[in-house]
Amino acid sequence: MAWIAEIIFGIVTVGSFFLFGKNLWAIRKNILLGKPVDLSGDTTERWKQVALLAFGQKKMFKNPLVAILHLFVYVGFIIINIELLEIIVDGLTGSHRAFAPLLGEYYDLLINSFEVLAGLVLFAVIIFFIRRNFLTIKRLISKDLNGWPRSDANIILIIEVVLMSLFLTMNAADPETHFILSSYIKPWFNGLNENQLATIEHTAWWIHIVGIYAFMNYLPYSKHLHIILAFPNAYYASLEPKGKMHNMESVQNEVLYAMQPELAPAGAEAPDRFGAKDVMDLSWKNLMDAYSCTECGRCSAACPANLTGKLLSPRSIMMKTRDRLEEVGKQIQKEGTWKEDGKSLLHDYISVEELRACTTCNACVEECPVSISPLDIIIELRRSLVMEESNAPAEWNGMFSNIENNFAPWKFSPDDRDAWTQQA
Amino acid sequence: MKVATMAEFLAAGKEPEVLFWVGCAGSFDQRAQKITKAFATILDKAGVEYAILGKEEACTGDPARRAGNEFMFQMMAYQNIQVMNAYNIKKIVTTCPHCFNVLKNEYPALGGNYDVIHHTTFLQELIEQGKIKFTDSNEWKGKSIAYHDSCYLGRANDIYEAPRKVLESLDMELREMKRCKSKGLCCGAGGAQMFKEEEKGDKRINTERADEAIATNASMVASACPFCNTMMTDGIKNRNEEVKMDVLDIAEIVAQAIQ
Repeated sequence: MAWIAEIIFGIVTVGSFFLFGKNLWAIRKNILLGKPVDLSGDTTERWKQVALLAFGQKKMFKNPLVAILHLFVYVGFIIINIELLEIIVDGLTGSHRAFAPLLGEYYDLLINSFEVLAGLVLFAVIIFFIRRNFLTIKRLISKDLNGWPRSDANIILIIEVVLMSLFLTMNAADPETHFILSSYIKPWFNGLNENQLATIEHTAWWIHIVGIYAFMNYLPYSKHLHIILAFPNAYYASLEPKGKMHNMESVQNEVLYAMQPELAPAGAEAPDRFGAKDVMDLSWKNLMDAYSCTECGRCSAACPANLTGKLLSPRSIMMKTRDRLEEVGKQIQKEGTWKEDGKSLLHDYISVEELRACTTCNACVEECPVSISPLDIIIELRRSLVMEESNAPAEWNGMFSNIENNFAPWKFSPDDRDAWTQQA
Repeated sequence: MKVATMAEFLAAGKEPEVLFWVGCAGSFDQRAQKITKAFATILDKAGVEYAILGKEEACTGDPARRAGNEFMFQMMAYQNIQVMNAYNIKKIVTTCPHCFNVLKNEYPALGGNYDVIHHTTFLQELIEQGKIKFTDSNEWKGKSIAYHDSCYLGRANDIYEAPRKVLESLDMELREMKRCKSKGLCCGAGGAQMFKEEEKGDKRINTERADEAIATNASMVASACPFCNTMMTDGIKNRNEEVKMDVLDIAEIVAQAIQ
């Protein structure tokens, strides 16, 4: 009956990967609800961004101490996952440490380095937990995170502690091994007989691998999804100067045809919507941004509006975009198509007051370690407000009419534009 | 002062080296007019052959675009590009980072392709080429100064060094604020905020930035944008009525030290 364990393991493994794949596919579908935008080409530049921003975590190193702790967790998690291969082989074949005979003396070196990394991950994650829950770091105690987001962050940290501890426990309970960190745990098991040790090792092994599968399937519901999306998001990040705003060709042509009607093609139709009212009006990159956000709040900590007490928080713009997109995606999944639900990203999720507070200073874009542009979304929503709803503060309406009539945002006579040349 | 327009150059059958794009603030705002005049004076002294569009210049459309009014922006852009292309403009220098950003990054997609340069970069080049020389005992020597990064010059276009190099070439003692360069804090004017009241909050953005400038204990503040200049001047005035901390544009500082 020994094969029962292997079969159960096989089913759990295939099931976990299937579910994970299915959920990732659903996210991909949600992202593709966004408007098309051509971000192909410049492949060399784009891979460079992946190397620097995603693999190299360049932006994280603006704060070296936090960056190094984060690097421990990141490198640790990636490399320890090599161990996952052995675990899967063992689980499917019923072997015990299948790689040991293959690697010979290098096996101990490998596991020892995994253990060191596991120790570093534990160290970093515990510090992160303390920072998040017991210190007063503005961006981490912010009201943006009230409710689920705060629990999400702590769940991630706790799972990481549990997984690393199980990995070390499993090694410690194996009487044939003597690894660098787990050997310090061995004394806890003094006096236990071989069977008891084997039970502990097996139990730790099972909870560890099932825990990893569970964590993997938690990603699509969590801010932790950034460990996957940070990479494509760096690839597709804008290569343009940050100050350059995305051009609205439809409006450009409208103006051109108004000025030079002879250029207007017959039957040219006006676009059905200006700017973005809901998530489907944003580009797929904006939507991928929303799924890539790990809610760290570096954007909001640098935002001049946020740090002077205005309602705007770039992080919250990203979180609300993801929330709304999830809601839209769920409805489509249930009903097959999208039917207006009487709500929209603009107004129901993101308020006019938030949008009005933005100075377009690009501090949020500059700060984001995973190449998100909250500013892009803010601008698209502002476009909808002004062009679809004529919703602008009175001063802006005055500014618009001054530009239209006086060619300057203030009410000066255009004839006085060069008056300064006459002054002393 | 005598400043030639593009129309006058055209009438004389000539083309200037560079078009000086003055911008709305530089043209109409009393404080910014001083910056404009300072820069024009420098161009004259450095022997740069330049022209302005004069009455033919119009708002680039920047504040309208950033407020969300793309129609207004496109109309202004269309008009300006028509005028500049008719004059066969190749190179533009401007004292406003907002105009600079739009002319350099956003007009090309609309058919306006020019070599656009901000005045701080232009000044740095003129100094390097020896076309601007300072008096031996320039009045700024050794004075401490905090340079405030304009968002549309810095983060938006990665220009951090040119204005600092100009100040250093004057032997000024550069002091950095807590947030500077790519981490520089906005003055609060961008994104068309200049043209409306700030949203509800617990502090004004320019007060926050003024506090940082004051904390450097520098004797003055340098700006490179007419809007930053206004915001910083107001912020410092609100905070510090007794201590005088002048806010001067890089062009004004250079103009006062030039030979």
